[in-house]
Amino acid sequence: MLQSFLQNILNALQWGSFYSLIALGYCLVYGVLLLINFAHGDIFMVGAYLAFFVSMVLLGKYGAISGLPGWMVLSLAVPLTMILTAVVGVTLERIAYRPLRRKGVNRLYVVITALMCGLILENGNLALLGASRKSFPTLIPIQVYDFYGVTVTNLKLMVIGVAILSFLLLHFIVTRTKIGMAMRAISYDRFAVPLMGIPADTVIVFTFVLGSGFAGLAGLFFAMTYPVIDPYMGALIGWKAFIAAVVGGIGSIAGAFAGGFLLGFVEIMVVAFFPSTYRDLIAFSILLLILSIRPTGLFGVARRTKI
Amino acid sequence: MKRLTVPALLAVLFGVLLWVSMTGILNSYWQSVLMFMGVNIILATSLNIINGNMGEFSCGHAGFMAVGAYVSSLISVALFTKSSVFGDPLLSPDLAVWLFPLVLLAGSLAASVVGLLVAIPSFKTRGDYLAIITIAASYIVKSTIENIGAIGGARGFMGMSGVMNAMNDTAKLPWILIWVFLGTVFSVWFIRRFIYSTFGKGVDAICQDEIAAEIMSVNTDRVKLVAFMVSCGLAGLAGGLFAHILGYVNPGTFTILKSTEIMVMVYLGGMGSISGSVLAAIVMTLLIEYLRDAFGFINTFLHYISIIPDSYEVTQVWKWVLIPLLLVLLMQFRPEGIMGRRELADVFPGLRKFYKFKG
Amino acid sequence: MALLDVKEMTQYFGGLCAVSEFSVSLEQGQMVALIGPNGAGKTTVFNLVSGFYKPTRGEIIFKGQSIKGLKPHQVTSCGIARTFQNIRLWFEMTVLDNIRIAQHHALGYGLWDCFLRTPRYMQSERNIEDHAMDVLTRLGLRDVAHELPKNLPYGVQRLVEIARALSIKPALLMLDEPAAGLNSSDVEGLIKLVGDIHKDYGLAVWMIEHQMDVVMSLCSWIKVIDFGATIADGTPTAIQNNPDVIKAYLGDDTI
Repeated sequence: MLQSFLQNILNALQWGSFYSLIALGYCLVYGVLLLINFAHGDIFMVGAYLAFFVSMVLLGKYGAISGLPGWMVLSLAVPLTMILTAVVGVTLERIAYRPLRRKGVNRLYVVITALMCGLILENGNLALLGASRKSFPTLIPIQVYDFYGVTVTNLKLMVIGVAILSFLLLHFIVTRTKIGMAMRAISYDRFAVPLMGIPADTVIVFTFVLGSGFAGLAGLFFAMTYPVIDPYMGALIGWKAFIAAVVGGIGSIAGAFAGGFLLGFVEIMVVAFFPSTYRDLIAFSILLLILSIRPTGLFGVARRTKI
Repeated sequence: MKRLTVPALLAVLFGVLLWVSMTGILNSYWQSVLMFMGVNIILATSLNIINGNMGEFSCGHAGFMAVGAYVSSLISVALFTKSSVFGDPLLSPDLAVWLFPLVLLAGSLAASVVGLLVAIPSFKTRGDYLAIITIAASYIVKSTIENIGAIGGARGFMGMSGVMNAMNDTAKLPWILIWVFLGTVFSVWFIRRFIYSTFGKGVDAICQDEIAAEIMSVNTDRVKLVAFMVSCGLAGLAGGLFAHILGYVNPGTFTILKSTEIMVMVYLGGMGSISGSVLAAIVMTLLIEYLRDAFGFINTFLHYISIIPDSYEVTQVWKWVLIPLLLVLLMQFRPEGIMGRRELADVFPGLRKFYKFKG
Repeated sequence: MALLDVKEMTQYFGGLCAVSEFSVSLEQGQMVALIGPNGAGKTTVFNLVSGFYKPTRGEIIFKGQSIKGLKPHQVTSCGIARTFQNIRLWFEMTVLDNIRIAQHHALGYGLWDCFLRTPRYMQSERNIEDHAMDVLTRLGLRDVAHELPKNLPYGVQRLVEIARALSIKPALLMLDEPAAGLNSSDVEGLIKLVGDIHKDYGLAVWMIEHQMDVVMSLCSWIKVIDFGATIADGTPTAIQNNPDVIKAYLGDDTI
């Protein structure tokens, strides 16, 4: 009994790690721009695909270079994927969001643009690469440890570790560095910040770099854990990670993180007791319930509007 | 006399449609295109109440369409025709023609009630958070349908063509075309009368300044409730008609992609403009149909000028890259859509001679 | 019986006390001013009476009934109309529509009446339009009835806002800094207008205002608050010479 409970907790932590890493990206961009980047889930998908291509090239599968050993490929794939995914995120910002910000249009238009960009990424992928799913190559041999009946793999531990490290790193950046402070300042008053000598655009680009980079990281590890990738993988996970971020409190990194793990926990527990087809239904319902009781999320801070 | 211009035009249009359908001048493919156009008009104008007039961001309209589709389908099949799920018809198939509007109404009411899932949170929540709630509600509806195995679950439900046949037995008329036409006219008419009344203008007031509305005696909760229920109810009506056009309904149709399609129509037409939504629905329906054929041509052309490799085929999927791209470009260069916030009468003042436009 | 009776109204926002034990009593037809330095809590007092916040403690009694805890639109239906510091018109709708929407409390019809255009609906809409045009004509705004407020000068927008509040036929009109942003001739016009409508409609006026000429010419009683607490209370002459008031606005001599 205890064993299966612990097993479930472990699975929840792992499953939740992906949600958390993706939720971070939503949280960062929302915190800075007050924009829900609906394309973020698809950036995660792009990250997974980038990781796929990077790994295939480095493993020598395309004959570009003679193959490198798995461990080395992984160590190179992490930074490369993060960087490339960050590039995609920043490009999206420059091409689609920034011109609208410049014009000072209604925020709604940017939200619509974000949603549409997500669809373009999904369907563009499908159109360009075709409907066949890609199988992610194995980079490192899976080692299974048995801990008093609880199965742990090195990959699971790695995923959870990466998520926790990411959280610590981001928390440090946002609270202790100057640029982190600038990020928080922009969320309060976008117009005052440049007046203080801080280039708002640079800060915003940096935010997208962070958010997209970590989504790419999530994509890489997700593909390693569940080795079949397809163009629509980002859609549902993205939506759910987003709701998780909101439930946790979308203005706060700790909140987004907690929300991600909470969602992971809810889903694993639901599947443990109900048929798996009910998973999404119950997860969404619980999230809806939490939102209706606490609209600003569990850790969110309500912003008072002055009447 | 001015007041009768539009009803007269509609009657003429109705007559023309009946005639081309019954004489076979218009083949069944184009008839179904026209019917989908009608459905899209209902969907776009109803979503416009929430996304246009109220200025919210509802991404879950397909969910309410699904409720209407399923509820009316289940009722009409159970009542009027034989099916594997329900067995023999509960009522005489002769009654199908007379009771069908009530079946559609039932679907609409069900959709309205489900709309409460979104309406009630809207009292205190706005903007992004409400958008999330609409997405979640839509997923919940779809998920629930998929989990009810008795009505087919993810595989879908069929039998509505049996109901149409029953109507045909009573009188040989293109019934589904008639119902779609009537439904479309009813919806646009209803929305127009609602939005142009002082009561309906409360919706715009809430959009522009909710606090001012509250202080100026507008019962914002009540207005939001009514707006959502009308919007969701009419989506349900569209769903019911949609299901009976196809004769088959399946939860996989009612995804966020479908909601997006409807949103494109609203923003293309112009937020808050009924004529904009109608125009955009017509344009989009035709565009989607055109693209269906055009891709063959585009494919051949691109191969011909050797831009793309031989092994690659330009397929339908590109439609779903082009349509979002269209909306992105729209947001960049003409976010107010075709009509902005205006109606046809504002753009063509000459029309005022022929029709008395209220408000 | 006083028209409006506010007793020891207190409002805490978290740990901050925004309004402390505020009391005021307005008689029918009386004109009272609420003044104080910026940030004193004047608009908060208005928001509390209007129903945007529910006071932590205290009572608000209007026409003998408690209105504490009512929603803003219910408070308005009781007969209190209000304007805002920043003009909160619906800028994308015509002036006439702005007035018409304020008649929501007197609609008298439902959704199906709209669709079916029942006699009840038609009559109600006619009444609403007539009443709106009356109010606009009374304030000299008949010519701009079909204009959008965003295209009108600031002074005219203010007038429209007052017209809108007036159209509710209130017994009490609450004006939040009505003279803000007006030039001197507009201010004179405002003073005359408020005086006229006070005479014609017999309504009570409660205003927040910084411009002393407006306050002095119109109001018979002044309440002064600072940091949420009442510091003085009396006739205009008494307030002018009150040392506490002078100190609150100008500071005292000790450096």
